[in-house]
Amino acid sequence: MRTFYLTLKYLIITLWSLFVIAPFLWALSTSFKDFNSVTGGATYIPWLQFEPSLEGWKVLVRSPAKGGVDIIEPYFNSIFVTCTASLISIILGTLAAYALSRFKFKAGFIKNNDITFFFISQRIMPPIVLSIPFFLMLGFLGLLDNLFGLILVYIVLLMPIAVWIMVDFFNKVPQEIDETALIDGCNPYQAFFKVVVPNSIPGLIVAGLFCIIFGWIDFFFAFILTFTEVQLLPVKIVALNSSVTPWWSLSASALVSVAPLIVVAFIVERYLSKGNLSGALK
Amino acid sequence: MKLVTDNLTFKPEKEYFLNKVSLEFEAGKLYTLLGRTLSGKTSLLKTIAGLQPIDTGNIIFEGKDFSTIPVWKRNVAMVYQQFINYPHLNVFDNIAFPLKQRKMKTSDIENEVSVAIHKVGLLGFEKRKIQELSGGQQQRVALARSLVKKAKILLLDEPLVNLDYKLREDLRNEFKNIFTSDLSANSILLYASTDPLEAMQLNGDIIVLDEGEILQSGTAKDVFENPTNIKVSEITNDPAMNILKGSIDSNKIILNENVQFKIPKHVKNIQAGTYHFGIRASDMILDDKGFDFNIDISEISGSETFLHLHQNELNIVLLIEEVKNFNENDKVKINFNLDKLYVFDGKGDLLFSPFKMN
Repeated sequence: MRTFYLTLKYLIITLWSLFVIAPFLWALSTSFKDFNSVTGGATYIPWLQFEPSLEGWKVLVRSPAKGGVDIIEPYFNSIFVTCTASLISIILGTLAAYALSRFKFKAGFIKNNDITFFFISQRIMPPIVLSIPFFLMLGFLGLLDNLFGLILVYIVLLMPIAVWIMVDFFNKVPQEIDETALIDGCNPYQAFFKVVVPNSIPGLIVAGLFCIIFGWIDFFFAFILTFTEVQLLPVKIVALNSSVTPWWSLSASALVSVAPLIVVAFIVERYLSKGNLSGALK
Repeated sequence: MKLVTDNLTFKPEKEYFLNKVSLEFEAGKLYTLLGRTLSGKTSLLKTIAGLQPIDTGNIIFEGKDFSTIPVWKRNVAMVYQQFINYPHLNVFDNIAFPLKQRKMKTSDIENEVSVAIHKVGLLGFEKRKIQELSGGQQQRVALARSLVKKAKILLLDEPLVNLDYKLREDLRNEFKNIFTSDLSANSILLYASTDPLEAMQLNGDIIVLDEGEILQSGTAKDVFENPTNIKVSEITNDPAMNILKGSIDSNKIILNENVQFKIPKHVKNIQAGTYHFGIRASDMILDDKGFDFNIDISEISGSETFLHLHQNELNIVLLIEEVKNFNENDKVKINFNLDKLYVFDGKGDLLFSPFKMN
């Protein structure tokens, strides 16, 4: 019976893995095809079933003058905007979350929970509602078609995620730990940075991961708030599309754009499973 | 060196956390704060540490106003009921943390920490992570961290309550030795507890708290022998003292129509009227010539037997110092050791104690 369950378990895991990995393999295979291989029926294995071509990848680095779509600059733009916005969101969000978790605020009927909700409410509206105000505001600031304008907008979008995750996390860190740090001679800032932050690494990683993912995949605001000067990767990938859909270069760019997220996921995965706080309280 | 709390009051909402708490603590002494949960023990400790605000009152330490000094400059140490350590640091770094915070020299830190580790019996565990320790060991780390600071005020908030029974007994003795050996003339030790036995064993001064108010303070012996009112007797006795409502009429104590006896010698010049009579569970005996009682519950606890008895409306708990089996609903005859009888007035204040009253 045990063997049966074990077999079943591995069968399910294998099927699920195939389900997850198959699109990637398919995209990888397609990225090495050319027009004839794509239209000539279903083929999967290079050399055996079709002659591999590097055309799909070359288009991504070729300059527009020579008929390519240079994604190198948008790629680094995307990395810069996502990382900067995520970092600032995490720093500000963590500080805000700590304050909301540890101190009691009251202004009339507005209390801690209302402030937390205010942050989260930024994400309740459909992005389209925000697009016109953002457009006008960035226009007023002269930050349209500008990386820093995009960073500003992304902070508005990402910080609520950081606050939301970190408030919840800090609420689970026993307050006695901060108090002990104060008793042991830390001022409140030292208590936060020397004791609370090192014990909040799993939470910080989750929050950071969410910020990076949401920042990286955003198409809508990148599309609306930039024109020609700066461009982000998702917008540029869409620009690949022409009268004849270039499946090979679309596949290649899809793989390129998802690669950083996979790398980040592999790096942080082991920190996530650590469960650093167990044993803080019994 | 003296720590004085003067009229501390803290009432954040409807209930008092602290209610006019005025106390004086002297260096080199151990004080036990005894009270039930939510009686204000933790509040008082946190107030002294500076972690909790107060509405009115003053804390004066070594002649200086303590309340303007922030927590991190107060040089107090505190051990919590929960096992609070820094989970991201190993045992050594946990204990060294307050010393590093003081920017002590590394070699000095190593010396101090190894002395403390030796004292709490954690030798060989220096590199362990906190999560890899048992509850008792975690609490030892917390204690070592508080000892290593050589703080002038050491606050212990029910440090043993979350441990299992046997470990608690062992650690209590060990802790007591550590305190007494370390408790040189220049530190004040405050120990909060809900357990009257623990308070008696620690044998320091006892401060009985209830709803943020001091009910009584004095030596362990004094508080045990002369509880100033019924509430104190409830808090300082486990099992609780039997409090029986009755009256005095024509030189007789009348608990009900059947249970009546002569007024004992230590109760003098008492007027007729209604009173509360207190007698400890251990101050009654099984006696063939005694009063009839029905057994409600019989429980064996270690080497003792507790009998919950009733006769009409009179309910008492009797402690027998041996293991004996009784059937529920059986009858037993018991007698009172009247020399150990307490008399409280209608409001619950102590009138007569079997022990000499101050």
